[in-house]
Amino acid sequence: MTISRRNFLKAAAGGGAVLATTGVADPALARPNLEMPPKAIGLLYDATLCVGCKACVVACREANDLSPVFSTDEKLWDTPLDISAYTFNVIKMYKDGSGEHKDQLKDGHAFVKRSCLHCVDPSCVSACPVSAMEKNAENGIVSYDADRCIGCRYCVAACPYGVPRFQYDTPKPKIGKCELCRHRLPEGKIAACAEKCPTGATLFGTVEQIKGEIARRRAAKPGEMVAYERQRVGSGDTHEKKAPLYVNHVYGEKELGGTQMMMLSGVPFVALGMPELPERSYSSISETIQHTLYGGLIAPVVALGGLVALAWRASKNHQDEE
Amino acid sequence: MYDDSAREDDAGLDVIERKLGMSRRNFLQFCTAMAATMGLPAGAEAAIAQAVATKERPSVIWLHFQECTGCTESLLRAEHPTIEKLILEVISLDYHESLFAAAGHQAEAARHAAMARHKGKYLLVVEGAIPTKDGGIYCKIGGKTALELLKECAADAAAVVAIGSCASWGGMPSTKPNPTGSSGVAEVLGKPVVTIPGCPPNPYNFLSTVVHFLTFAKLPEVDHLGRPKFAYGRLVHENCERRAHYDAGRFAMEFGDDGHRKGYCLYKLGCKGPETYANCPSILFGDVGSGSWPVGTGHPCIGCTEKGVGFAKGIHELADVKTVVPPVSYPRIVEEQGMGADFASSATLVGIAGAAAGAGAIIARNLGKRDDPDQADE
Repeated sequence: MTISRRNFLKAAAGGGAVLATTGVADPALARPNLEMPPKAIGLLYDATLCVGCKACVVACREANDLSPVFSTDEKLWDTPLDISAYTFNVIKMYKDGSGEHKDQLKDGHAFVKRSCLHCVDPSCVSACPVSAMEKNAENGIVSYDADRCIGCRYCVAACPYGVPRFQYDTPKPKIGKCELCRHRLPEGKIAACAEKCPTGATLFGTVEQIKGEIARRRAAKPGEMVAYERQRVGSGDTHEKKAPLYVNHVYGEKELGGTQMMMLSGVPFVALGMPELPERSYSSISETIQHTLYGGLIAPVVALGGLVALAWRASKNHQDEE
Repeated sequence: MYDDSAREDDAGLDVIERKLGMSRRNFLQFCTAMAATMGLPAGAEAAIAQAVATKERPSVIWLHFQECTGCTESLLRAEHPTIEKLILEVISLDYHESLFAAAGHQAEAARHAAMARHKGKYLLVVEGAIPTKDGGIYCKIGGKTALELLKECAADAAAVVAIGSCASWGGMPSTKPNPTGSSGVAEVLGKPVVTIPGCPPNPYNFLSTVVHFLTFAKLPEVDHLGRPKFAYGRLVHENCERRAHYDAGRFAMEFGDDGHRKGYCLYKLGCKGPETYANCPSILFGDVGSGSWPVGTGHPCIGCTEKGVGFAKGIHELADVKTVVPPVSYPRIVEEQGMGADFASSATLVGIAGAAAGAGAIIARNLGKRDDPDQADE
């Protein structure tokens, strides 16, 4: 090392001062929730329409080139117990008592589709240190890039819905999650799950269209015949069914600043295993704290300064020996 | 099993051979088919053969009300054996308006005679719904309303069988707004009866029920709607030949499209198979081989054996899938995985962690000691 101790300390102090002044000049403001991207696309999952056929699970496997996952001794049927790095969506069932009545809490059953909700302000994107998780600025799809991923699994820990999953069983692991079939969109196709859904329980569309469809479904009087579209909003592929009684809650409308996949249900979402979440996004909170601490590199300067002071004090004796 | 040496023991079967004009082999095949349809254990076919050959033919009175005679037509097309032989020889059909040679007062007299002679022993079969509105005036036979006829004939019957969806719960005539107040047999009589719903019902389901009655002197086990469990115990969906397409999400989108031509699942076209209990996909219709049932020919099941589905729901309305009631193969919201930590494993882990921490501390302490001599060397 040719640089003298004195010169190094001078440079460090000078640089710190410069950084500190710029940092202070930029007052640390609490970051609000991110806004919905302009051309956001998403899914509507209506649990009351779902008949549990699992066509969406199979379609997802085909579209994303995933092999069946087995949870039974005889490996005959695709039986994933939950979403995983190899299962991007799964139909789960709430069941109580005899389970006879659909969409009823007592002695009833209800289905729920678990997959990425494509948050407006996603925690995984916020937590990812290398931008392997990204939210598309246009359509809002939360995508994953395996070539950038360093395997830190911050996204796995950060997601409040437990969506990104890690391949623990391979030496070259990746994260697995629903990316809303973004590889199919340029071909003019929609998400495979929505394309295959026979009842319109999973419906594809722009978030604007989905919000309109939700308003229309909620406005229908329970028991009256309503036409439900399938595949995508505006597809014209409809079927008629009696309108159900929904719980007064659209999941994904406000949860952590909203999601691009929204859900309707006849039973409370807590029963379906969906967490109760505040309206302010976790990433806005954590980024506010982090960006305040690291604004103008205050924290590193303070920490480094402390370390330098400690080192200087500790090495004082050695200096004397020299 | 039925070789020539056994033949001499079964004199009754010889009689049958002459009586029915069918070979002994064919007759035994019929009995075996009946036993199989009902899911009876091995050996039951022998009991059936014995019963059909030797027991006195049960008297059957067959009433027609609001119907299209499709049930009778269906029965006439049973092939093993040809049903007219059985109707005339296995059972004693004492009154049947469509098949009677007699007419008018002669027919009425035959009915009265049979009811008097076989009082408490005859089998009453009802085909067609019973109009109940305005005193039941919308269907009259021989000057009597269907209501009166049914009650009169049911009073002394050993058992009542409602054949077809109309007799079972009202069927097609009871479709809203149901102008004649059509009702099923059980509703009119105020007691449960065996029902063989279907439009038309499969003849072998009816035949098996009658043969069961003849063999065991009682009617087969039935479900909550009076349907024999051997025939109506499973959903059409469960044995459907297109089921694999349903599971794989391959649906015909409209009649004649590519998926429809390829034999894809008809759920999206309104198939009621997932909510309709019947054995159609298993035993088929018309004895002409595979594909001879509605879904096999490319038309969605309309749910004709299911009250509240057939003639009630629209053809294009989607079915509620009943295979999931009671739910079987779905992951629960919270799926228990693994056994969790027990005390022994926790204690072991704590021990290992403690040892590791101790070792770490020792190493950390020794690091400094080793460094000192190095520095001294410099």
